[in-house]
Amino acid sequence: MNDFFRVAWHVVRKDMTVEIRSKEILLTTLLFAVSVVLIFSFAIVREGRAPDDVAAGILWVAISFAGTLAMGRTFERERYNDTLRALLLAPADRPAIYAGKLLGLLLLLGLVEIMLVPLVALLFNAPIFAFPGMLIALLVAGTLGFAAVGTLFAAMLVRVRSRDTLLPVLLYPITVPVMICGVRGTAALFQATPDEPMARLWMGILVAWDVIFVTLALWTFEPVMTE
Amino acid sequence: MRKLTTPFIGLSAGMLFVAPWIINAAPYESTMGLVQKVFYFHFPAAILFLASAIICGIASLRFLFFKKPTADAWAVASAELGLLFGAMTLVTGPLWARKAWGVWWVWDPRLTMSLVLFLIFAAYAILRKYGGPGSDKLAAGMALFGMLNVPFIYVSVNIWRTLHPMTSVVPTLPTEFGIPLWFCFAAFTMLFVALLNLRATLALHEARVEALYLDEDEA
Amino acid sequence: MSDFPGLTVADVARHYGRRKALSQISFTCDAGEIVGLLGPNGAGKSTLLNVLATLVTPSKGTVQYGAATGSGAVIRRMIGMLGHDLFLYPELTARENLAFFARLYGLADVAGAVDAALAQAGLSDRADDFVSSYSRGMRQRVALERALLHDPKLILLDEPFTGLDQASTAALVARLKDRQQAGCVIVLATHDLDVVEGVLSRAIYLKDGRIVGTDTDSRGLVDRYRRAIHA
Repeated sequence: MNDFFRVAWHVVRKDMTVEIRSKEILLTTLLFAVSVVLIFSFAIVREGRAPDDVAAGILWVAISFAGTLAMGRTFERERYNDTLRALLLAPADRPAIYAGKLLGLLLLLGLVEIMLVPLVALLFNAPIFAFPGMLIALLVAGTLGFAAVGTLFAAMLVRVRSRDTLLPVLLYPITVPVMICGVRGTAALFQATPDEPMARLWMGILVAWDVIFVTLALWTFEPVMTE
Repeated sequence: MRKLTTPFIGLSAGMLFVAPWIINAAPYESTMGLVQKVFYFHFPAAILFLASAIICGIASLRFLFFKKPTADAWAVASAELGLLFGAMTLVTGPLWARKAWGVWWVWDPRLTMSLVLFLIFAAYAILRKYGGPGSDKLAAGMALFGMLNVPFIYVSVNIWRTLHPMTSVVPTLPTEFGIPLWFCFAAFTMLFVALLNLRATLALHEARVEALYLDEDEA
Repeated sequence: MSDFPGLTVADVARHYGRRKALSQISFTCDAGEIVGLLGPNGAGKSTLLNVLATLVTPSKGTVQYGAATGSGAVIRRMIGMLGHDLFLYPELTARENLAFFARLYGLADVAGAVDAALAQAGLSDRADDFVSSYSRGMRQRVALERALLHDPKLILLDEPFTGLDQASTAALVARLKDRQQAGCVIVLATHDLDVVEGVLSRAIYLKDGRIVGTDTDSRGLVDRYRRAIHA
């Protein structure tokens, strides 16, 4: 068990070291997320005002679009010098490698969300300081569910030719439950009178999906990655 | 199983041919009139849609974790039938909805998740087609995640009281409605079983041909 | 560490749909052998190496590492591979690359192993430069040492002499011979017949996924290769 966390930790450290140097994935993902927010705003805003309750939806759409991009880029790096093969060759537990990549992705998306959420709050007057703890919990749980499936699929598709388009095609339908819970929970918190118990309800369902998705992904990683 | 395919197809074809008369003989429902009768096709199609998701999930599990190569044939067959019966469900449903609720579509949990499941089957098909070698394993991995939707769809109607009729409606139908319903259900199920068999056998034969082709070179 | 227990490949085949990448591959190797996989492009050399590395499961047949078989961690610990794409992160320094893999392999003395590897590769003075700034030969040396960090007994190399100058080639050959003395089995796939003439203890000629000949005397390799492959 110790080995599992040790290996995962080293993979995360390596990913963070690479990312800190170039910051390429972080910056491009962040900028893309902001662009998505803007595009959706232009699509929805009418006569200078946005309809109520769109903030949550736009936030989660931006997270999912940007997240998909980040996943693709992370595994593209492993494809570049075939280092994914080297990782699989190591005597380490394969699920540990998955866990490491997942944690790295979560950290990256977390950083993006730290900057994205205040932006959305600003543009749509969303009360993010009403229940900050609950909001953070929802963001973490939702991103985890989405990233858990995404990391698995992105790894699966590394050797497939049309991987860039196949990743969203496969990922979005399956992570719909996570998205729904995330959006509805966040929307409950962003209402004019925030509904915390409602958010708590959605959080519960979200956690259940997270457990299911992460467990299934850990099981499936090895059989799916061996050719 | 295989020997039943022809009789099943024959029988279900016959039953479906006769079905319009039986459906016609059923009484009109008080509020909705003629359109309610779409239900006799919609309900079996929907149940078989969910069934194909379960079969696909189990077959994918056997293929991926228990390394049974023949299971892949059943996974492909049930996925294609999922697309077929899903399409049927998603077309007959709105036909009913327009008259019953006044709109073609609502975003309630059951409808939404049914649409999502249909998209998952479509994604499965695309992955198998464009995924290159080894896409059978990748698709199996994906199908496992997709199967998780099924219990969600079935139970969602009871948890969130929505427009869609509850699951408890069917067992309490009076006989005049029950007869055409179970008649159509039997017909569709036989059709489903027969098609599943045919498609899986086709896939197994394709695999056999590949194996023979490969063996021939060895000589 | 003890010698490598011996590699037994029995009737291995690998197909992708109708394409036969490998068929009827059988051979054995013992400790202290340098085995060459020789053949034209598309012969299946890389596929065979990947099968030996447990990265690709054969459609038929078995590979035995001593008495053990399968792809578990115990077997992977015995294997070191230098792929055609080198398996190095260009955004990290040589030292960081080596340290990462040392940690991944669970080595006890990471710093010591890394320093030894850098010294062996002759790159101690450029250890803290990014690998992206290295020449092909330098990258190859780091990649080789990365593969050898955990003292593997089965060493697999895919086209290791590509793009190397004479000095680097000689250094690589010397390193391989040193490992040979230590009781390892080395399997290398290559086109460079001139280089490996006199180095190999056994040559296996591959064409279209099959073995079309073997040799245990590697002198006159070029001629015998031509005869075997173009027969």
